[in-house]
This record gives sequence, C-alpha cells and structure tokens, in this order.
Amino acid sequence: MEASEKVKGTLITGVIGEDVHIIGIRVIEHALRKAGFKVVSLGIHTSQEDFINAAKETKADAILVSSLAGHARVMAEGLKDKCIEAGLKDVRLYIGGMLAVDEPKWEDTEKTFKEMGFDRVYPPTTLPGRVIADLEADLGIGEKDLG
Amino acid sequence: MGLTLAIDFGSTYTKVVAIDLSKEDVIGVAHAASTVDSDITLGLQTALERLSKTIGIERANVERTLASSSAAGGLRLVAIGLVRVLTTQAAEEAALGAGARLVGTFSYGLSPDDVKEIEKICPDLILLVGGTDGGDKETIIRNAALLGASRLESPMIIAGNRMAAHEAQSLLEAGNKYVVVVENVLPELSELKVEPTRCAIRDMFMRRITHAKGLDKAQSLVGDIIMPTPMAVLEGAKLLAEGVEGEPGLGELIIVDVGGATTDVHSVANGFPSQEDIAMKGLPEPYAKRTVEGDLGIRYNANSILQIAGRKKIEERLAFSERASGQINMEAAVQYLSKNIGAVPQREEEFLIDISLASTAVDIATQRHAGRIEDVYFPTGKVRIQHGKDLREIKCVIGTGGIFAYGREPHQVLEAGCYNRSSPESLRPIDPEFFIDESYILFAVGLLAEVSPSKALRIMKRYLKKV
Repeated sequence: MEASEKVKGTLITGVIGEDVHIIGIRVIEHALRKAGFKVVSLGIHTSQEDFINAAKETKADAILVSSLAGHARVMAEGLKDKCIEAGLKDVRLYIGGMLAVDEPKWEDTEKTFKEMGFDRVYPPTTLPGRVIADLEADLGIGEKDLG
Repeated sequence: MGLTLAIDFGSTYTKVVAIDLSKEDVIGVAHAASTVDSDITLGLQTALERLSKTIGIERANVERTLASSSAAGGLRLVAIGLVRVLTTQAAEEAALGAGARLVGTFSYGLSPDDVKEIEKICPDLILLVGGTDGGDKETIIRNAALLGASRLESPMIIAGNRMAAHEAQSLLEAGNKYVVVVENVLPELSELKVEPTRCAIRDMFMRRITHAKGLDKAQSLVGDIIMPTPMAVLEGAKLLAEGVEGEPGLGELIIVDVGGATTDVHSVANGFPSQEDIAMKGLPEPYAKRTVEGDLGIRYNANSILQIAGRKKIEERLAFSERASGQINMEAAVQYLSKNIGAVPQREEEFLIDISLASTAVDIATQRHAGRIEDVYFPTGKVRIQHGKDLREIKCVIGTGGIFAYGREPHQVLEAGCYNRSSPESLRPIDPEFFIDESYILFAVGLLAEVSPSKALRIMKRYLKKV
C-alpha cells in the first residue's frame, strides 16, 4: 500500500502516428519515473485510440504525446474530442517535440496546440524538470504530498 | 396469383406500383396528389382508380400491399450527441440511414434554451446518444434529466454509453416519456454501429409515429406503413448492390435523387482507401450511407442552388446546348421555379434550366457525400489523408426522381456527380455506367425486398434503364 501511495500519478506516454523518434520521450519517461510517477509507455507508432484506451484502462491522470516528425498537428487533431467522448475530459493533455515545421514563431505553435485542447505544449529544448513541475502543479501535487 | 401493390405516401404525390410477382413484372404505375391534411386515403383512392383504369385491377386481385411514407413532413428527428464530429455525427448517420429527416442537431450539454427550442420543433422522434461504451456518462445523463423534465411528448431512443443508458432511461421515464434503449451507435471511437438504431427508428416509425401523424387511416386499406420512404430507397439500393443467393447484384453503387426541395445521395460501398499508404481520418462511415442536402432542390430550393453555385457555374452547364447559351435569364427563371413548385417544363429552355439546376445540385451533393483526399507535406515526405468514403472505383451510378423521369439528358445530370479534374480531391466515381430508375420503382423494390428479395432484385435489374 505504501508504495502505491507514493505514486504521484499515472501517465500515458507515446510517440503519435507515423513517427519512430523514440529518444525524446524515453528521456522524459526515465525522469518521470524517477520523480515518482507511474509511466505507461506505449512507444512509437501510437494511435489516438491507443492513447485513449490505455488512459481508460489505467485511470491515467495525464497523456503525454511526443512528436518529432513535424506532422503533429495532423496526427493529434481531434484527440481532445475523443477524450471527451471516452469520458476522459479531465485527463490532462501534454504534447512536446518538433511540433511544426511551418511556423517560425513558437508562440504560434503553442497557440495552435492549445486551441486543439492541449494543456501544455513544449518545444524540443524542454528539460524534464519543467514537465515534472508542470505535472505536479496541474495534478495538485504539493510539497506536503511528497512524503 | 394476385397482385402486390407497393404504395408510397409522398409529401407531394401518393404513388402506387402494381407488381405481378409470379411474372416478375411491373403491371402499372399511377400517382395522385397526396391528401395528408384532409384524409390520406383520398389521394390513395384516386391513385388506385387511375391505376385501375389503365390496367383494370380489381380489389379482389390484390394479394398484398406494402407501404412507405414521407408524408406529413417525413420522419422529423432531433439528434442529440456529445462531440459534434463523433457521437452526434454517428447519430446523424444512423438517423439518415433510417430515412429520417433531421430537424435539429445538438451537441455537448443541452442548455435550457436548447430544450425550449426542441419543444418548439416538436419532433416526431428524439435520438439521444453520447459517450463511447465505458466513456462519458455525465452529458447523456444530464441531457436525459433535462428532457425528462421538459414538456416534450416525442418518443425517444437512447443509443449512447451502455454504462449510462439505463440511468438516462429512468430519468426520461420519470418524466413520462416513451423510451427505448438500444446498443451504442459509437461503442468504440473507431466503430460505428448504426444498425440497432436504424431498426429502432423504423420500429418506432411503424408502431407510434404513423399513428401520431394520422397516417394510420390508411391502415385498413394498406396495412402497416412499414418504413419511411428514404429507407425503402436505401433498402432497394442495398439489394441492388449486394444481390441475393443465386441472383448477383450490380456491385457497389451510388443513387442520386434530385427532388424539388432536397437532393439525396445514397452510396452502398465500403469506400476504403484504394492504396495502402493512405491514412484515414475521421469517424468511420456507414457502408450504406445516405446524405440529404436540404439546400439543394430544383423547385423550393432553386434559388439556394443559384446562391451556392453562382450564376456562372449553372450557366456553364448549359453549354452543351448551343441554343441555350446567352438566351436564358437564370435569375428570373430560378425565381419563377421557386414560387411555382409544381411547374413542369414544357418549352425547350425550361427543360434546359431544369437540367442545369439538377446537374449543379448533383455536383454539390455528391461532393458533400463523397470522401476527399488531401496531401500533407512534411520534412519526411508527403502523407495522403482520406476523409470519408473513396467512391472512385464505383461502376454504377443511378438517377431517380422527377428530373430523370423526363428522360432528358440524364447522362449530363449524372455525369455532374463524377470525378472531375477541376476538383480531384473529391473521391467520386471515375468511370461509371449510368442508369435511371425511369418508372420510379426503387422504393417499391425496397419494400418488396421484405417479402421476396430475389424477385424484387430481378424486377429492378430489368427496369433500370442504361443511359
């Protein structure tokens, strides 16, 4: 029991769509596990339905989508809608990587993905520490819970 | 052996098709103006008298009658779902496939104003869906509570999240609503399941809605009205495409029905991508799919065709006739037609106007019905994405409805619904053969499919006219 109480939350990770760039999300996964999260890693070529099914099965708190092939917008479009139908409207959606190749300004990319329903949008240079801090803030994990 | 009468109580005409099943032949066709407002049987009697004059049938000869109806406004249905492009769309697909007329669509939670609006619409039937199985429960339950407390008397079908359906049912029944629960129309995000809902809609139509509309006066003459007319047409289309044991069908096909107020398109086809490297996006589509364009019709909505397509586009379609070019005032013609909905073309240019309007309607309606393909470019190369059904390989396109009964330039009208180099993204048939349902018997075949599918199919195949 004690071990499970220490889990800060369950996270689904994966690389969305036709994309084999696994390294980025592997680094993040490692850091998240070390920080006390339970990580359900779906690996490469993950479809939207795979993310949603895994989140339903594990009662996940957040879905972390990685995309480095530059076509994230096409691959991630509609994910929020599907989460709503699947009863996952409160599950946090994060996305990070090489998200767009046609938008020179990061602010534009971030805005695009926020409008698509993502709560957090990260550029390729993001360090794991920032993702962990955001997760702790979004999932309401305060210092007192860290034991 | 006696005759089988297939009867359609349409919004404008009541049609009767007399069939000799033993000879697999259509003996006669007659129609008369529908008389829904006074007594639906009057129009039927007139049509039967006319039929009797031409072929001399006696009541005693009639062995069986089968009837469909789109009279009294058709089957007016309100669909309520959760996400617009997911469960709401799934509900719409099921409703249209059952021959319903969508008079309202609502997504996400209903507001009190939405409920008032539905009360005002006063639909024949409400289809309540939302959530995949095991998915969202909140919205459908909240919507059911609101509908349960409303003044609505419409019967309701619940086809949403299995885990929430019974609670939603209780909430509606607490408000004295008549409710039927069927399997989820979208059990999984990637699985559309329209059949249970379609059956429930048909059942509700037959058992309750025809009574509510006063159509049951016809019952003593024709028995139950077994389905809405568009469903009969879609059933006929399915039979014609698939065939039956020992009698092959025509394969995947498209049917276009150009009416005065709407243009319907039916496709009986899987529509899967033609190449492996094409990715599908969006909700899966039904194998037997019907779309209704409420803004495309060559009488009531002639003006709307003009607004959508523009004068130039319509006039371009007159180009096949040298006599017509430059002589027709399209605006005036369209105004006239939309005010004179019973107008039947007499002069050459009136035919030409109808043909150009119908072609334009078919062009727009098939573009909305068919899937489209889009190329998206990434650093790693091109990705081809398909939305909707790929109908390019379909070899059979059939026209039904008044414009095809004239028998004037049907080829021209149907060709407008095909692949076109100026809009290559629209996945419409590239090289099909064209047919017309000249005697307007497709609905009759759909009805007849209930009792004798192989005979119905052979009759249809014989009466389809290649153009």
